[in-house]
Amino acid sequence: MNKYLVNLTINDIPVSVPEGTTILDAAKNLDFRIPTLCHHEDLCVAGNCRVCVVEQIGGKALTAACATPVSEGMQIHTNSALVRTARKTIIELLLSEHNSDCTKCYKNGNCELQSLAHEYRVGDHVFIDLVGTRKRVIDNLSPSIIKDDSKCIRCQRCVRTCSELQGVSALAVANKGDHMKISTFFDRPLVEVVCTNCGQCVNRCPVGALVEKTYVEEVWDAINNPNVHVVVQTAPAVRVAIGEELGYDAGERLTGKMVTALKRLGFDSVLDTDFTADLTILEEGTELLTRLKRALVDKDTTVALPMTTSCSPGWIKFIEHTFPEFLPNVSTCKSPQQMFGALAKTYYAQKKGLKAQDICVVSIMPCTAKKYEANRPEMRSSGYKDVNYVLTTRELGMMIKQAGINFQNLEDSHYDSIMGESTGAAVIFGATGGVMEAALRTVYEVVTGREVPFTNLNIVPVRGMEGVKEAKVKIEGCLPEWSFLEGIEVSCAVAHSLVNARDVMQAVKDGRAHYHFIEVMACPGGCLGGGGQPIPTNNEIRNKRAAAIYEEDAGLPLRKSHENPEVKMIYEEFLGAPNSHKSHALLHTHYIPRKRY
Amino acid sequence: MSKYKMNILVCGGTGCKSSASDLLAAALRTELAERGLSGEVQVVVTGCFGFCEQGPVVNVLPDNTFYIKVKPEDAVTIVSEHIIKGRKVQNLLYTDPATQTKVDGSGAIDFNKKQLRIALRNCGFIDPEKIEEAIARDGYAALARVLTESSPEEVIGIIKKSGLRGRGGGGFSTGLKWEITSTVEADQKYVVCNADEGDPGAFMDRSILEGDPHTVIEAMAINGYCTGADKGLVYIRAEYPLAIERLKTAINQAREYGLLGKDILGSGFNFDIELRYGAGAFVCGEETALIHSMEGNRGEPTFKPPFPSEEGYLGKPTNVNNVETYANIPPIILKGADWFSSIGTEKSKGTKVFALAGKVNNVGLVEVPMGTTLREVIFEIGGGIKDGKKFKSVQTGGPSGGCLTEKHLDIPIDYDNLIASGSMMGSGGMIVMDEDDCMVSVAKYYLDFTVEESCGKCSPCRIGNKRLHEILDEITKGNGKPDDLDRLRNLSEVIKDTSLCGLGQSSPNPVLSTLEHFHDEYMAHVVDFKCPAGQCRDLMIYTIDAANCVGCTACARVCPVGAIAGERKEVHSIDQTICIKCGACLEKCKFNAVLVS
Repeated sequence: MNKYLVNLTINDIPVSVPEGTTILDAAKNLDFRIPTLCHHEDLCVAGNCRVCVVEQIGGKALTAACATPVSEGMQIHTNSALVRTARKTIIELLLSEHNSDCTKCYKNGNCELQSLAHEYRVGDHVFIDLVGTRKRVIDNLSPSIIKDDSKCIRCQRCVRTCSELQGVSALAVANKGDHMKISTFFDRPLVEVVCTNCGQCVNRCPVGALVEKTYVEEVWDAINNPNVHVVVQTAPAVRVAIGEELGYDAGERLTGKMVTALKRLGFDSVLDTDFTADLTILEEGTELLTRLKRALVDKDTTVALPMTTSCSPGWIKFIEHTFPEFLPNVSTCKSPQQMFGALAKTYYAQKKGLKAQDICVVSIMPCTAKKYEANRPEMRSSGYKDVNYVLTTRELGMMIKQAGINFQNLEDSHYDSIMGESTGAAVIFGATGGVMEAALRTVYEVVTGREVPFTNLNIVPVRGMEGVKEAKVKIEGCLPEWSFLEGIEVSCAVAHSLVNARDVMQAVKDGRAHYHFIEVMACPGGCLGGGGQPIPTNNEIRNKRAAAIYEEDAGLPLRKSHENPEVKMIYEEFLGAPNSHKSHALLHTHYIPRKRY
Repeated sequence: MSKYKMNILVCGGTGCKSSASDLLAAALRTELAERGLSGEVQVVVTGCFGFCEQGPVVNVLPDNTFYIKVKPEDAVTIVSEHIIKGRKVQNLLYTDPATQTKVDGSGAIDFNKKQLRIALRNCGFIDPEKIEEAIARDGYAALARVLTESSPEEVIGIIKKSGLRGRGGGGFSTGLKWEITSTVEADQKYVVCNADEGDPGAFMDRSILEGDPHTVIEAMAINGYCTGADKGLVYIRAEYPLAIERLKTAINQAREYGLLGKDILGSGFNFDIELRYGAGAFVCGEETALIHSMEGNRGEPTFKPPFPSEEGYLGKPTNVNNVETYANIPPIILKGADWFSSIGTEKSKGTKVFALAGKVNNVGLVEVPMGTTLREVIFEIGGGIKDGKKFKSVQTGGPSGGCLTEKHLDIPIDYDNLIASGSMMGSGGMIVMDEDDCMVSVAKYYLDFTVEESCGKCSPCRIGNKRLHEILDEITKGNGKPDDLDRLRNLSEVIKDTSLCGLGQSSPNPVLSTLEHFHDEYMAHVVDFKCPAGQCRDLMIYTIDAANCVGCTACARVCPVGAIAGERKEVHSIDQTICIKCGACLEKCKFNAVLVS
């Protein structure tokens, strides 16, 4: 449908915008910002906070700019006396039930309600403040997420995130009127319900009602303990996002500065999750080829195909709850974070002459689900908790600020060795489609002896922000040992956001789709849009971070996981071969069917 | 009905039924059978007569004798005296409160004199469980005429020309609504009957469904024919079991008669109706919330546009009208638009049913032409104020309406006049208050309802109404300040201007209208800390009049908190710091020595 232009005036300035544009966006075109709280561009329009009300001349009442499409001849005022009074009153109303203990709040300084209150200079509460008498319910039982209802402004961003983006609906609205609240199944703690710990709600909560559980103090304690050797690993998506916490625009690649900063924070060894990402490709690629061989050569009908990736702990928890019958299809590989933890307390310890119990492994992740993952009882293959503490990108930003490091002036430096070396294939793990691309680069070459047939190794069909992407790679000219794959077209699917993952799995379940390999990342855009990434995260920012990730890959000398020299070395010195007995003991895991609520 | 010589109509509406009218009907039948009169006299259980205050009511035809407050044991007398001997049972006749004389004909009762029954035309006349009786009174004649003689456009033209406006409260042109739905292109459309009557005290929709369900079915089918919908849904609250039962019976009968289903009356038009049950949330009367609830989602309103006429139930064009609106359709088709538009005022045509309640002699359901004055309804139909008290105010439009005063009594009732006077038509609630009613408490009472029934989605309604309620509560407890009145007014305006749906946009009306019309009463509360109506217990002061006190100690002995001191035969006194204002002393004192101020 062709959209025609609609003419209107905003604050007496004429503007023409396509039909269907909201007043909010039309005002943006004229550089008028209208404040919002419930609005988020990733989500459907809710129109429930009402702080975006504007005055329409001739209209019957104030109208919500986020929810109202423009119409011909409209005259809008975004800052009239009526608007200002109403907006200020609404902010006061929100504050009247908000636990405004700002100085003690985790979100102090990064709270949208606080900013609005400041902007409008809301003074003493005009309304009777009942905050003190309201029963405060804090759910802090999850290792990932803290939910504090006393701060909730009931904008429902989290509810829409959980249902629209993730298809999980762990959070929903309960009760009505003044008793309306954001609740879980029978008000159980998040750790006991279908919550995948993805943290997308945390990333969108405008206030401090949903925040990550922080372990910054524990990490400082470890750093300051002379008897503990503290190893830090950084996930691929952190390096392209940490800048946003420290005054950079989105999409800056800051790997070198970040490594320097981590060293200055006092970590004994600064290593890279990318190393285990490369290792994952070898383990997971081998697993895929083994499954294909069993299916095609041994005609083993019990082989679970398609195989899905297992890097995303949000996805793992999701499939455990939602499609438990497909758990055999999930790769048994641990995520790169957990492979790292297990190796740090075995291989690394051995090489460095350290005892596992003296090593503290800290992860810097774009993710809140990684905090839950590190706590899973399966993740103790070194005999100890493999990963001790998981911090988000935001928490790393916090530590750098606490340490008073002038980040922008730092020199670049390299990761330490061992377990600090990586390839471009590992870096792109941070973007949706990245694991698939890295796997194809390696698997194709293993099978045919030739590079994957895409210009500059860039497998473009699996890149980008399309919810579900599909790619087919025909295998021709196999090496003799892989001849059973000759002529086979490997069919792959890539899904990000759990709502898309659900669609793909449902299609597989219904027999509507036939794939060999499926990559799933729980978060929109993959890890670069993770729940632990800087706030705000939106489509524009995700695209910038993705561009930075692919730039990083393109600029690296090694871009295929099997070429990582440290990966080669660990197989020679320690693991033997991919999917070896030792690999299975340390790098693979199993999953647990869970209930659907 | 002609084969019987006499008919005894027994009201089977929910009100009379709960006063054992079903037992009464059974007793009458037994008595008639015992006397061998079953073939000559028929007992008909009808829908609501409207005169609920005096229920159970009985009307004997053909002589039109109206009996009130009839008990099952009166059956013997009615049969032996009236039916056999032709003598009216004097003690069951209605007594005119003004003249104190017995009135025997139902038409002679003031309550009925000024009424004009269009929507309620069959209620109290037919057995709602027999389709033949509906058909005998022109039921389905309008549908037959429409299907055989008119195009949808012609019918919409008639409805538009009649000037019928939505009776659910909004007052939107019914014909126009139908026209919009009919012009939207879609593969499926729906017709919905809003039977989610939620105003406290309003029961006209229930009465229509209980007394004349076929008219609603017929009108929905006509609506389906006009808009191009083949499916009708009735959204009815589960608290209306009798209405649901009768509607189900009626739908089944209509199907048996070929008046619902495929190829109705050989016209090729298909239409059928299903029921959807609501849980009684007030906000589900709002059409978008109603549709969400029907879809199985949370009953929350969403922003319009899109209007249900464009995108409604399951995303398809949906025409939503309320029960009373539908009940007007068949007579308009049969008698013509000109007949209908000759009744009423310039912009409000036809009649309106009101649920008259409160401090009025004749509580019940009344249908009057638009343009009837409040004075006529309250003092003529309603028989004036109970116990000879003074009229103070009338609240129209349910909890979202406003309180009108003596000076509004001669305003002709219609949509626009009520809005101009600061109230609204709503669904037709009309609650009369006398001099003993405190208007601050009345406003608080209504806010109590809206706070409870707000869905909680948008902040002005959810929090704002709560804050209004708290301010009113403090005022009634003697903690008010004069500037509270400004706060009430300003906050009310913001809630009206910024709320998402009609509930919030009208919820402060009781506050605003009482502030305007009863300012002095508010001032008395916040300046003198007195409640002129003597309703606010916390503002009352109990003292002992030394001139009358004989020192009998009765009051001191009855005081539950020991606030009264005094020796025998000496004047007693009340300690104000202890007194809980329970009034026990006042009741006990035989010497009028306890004073209340």
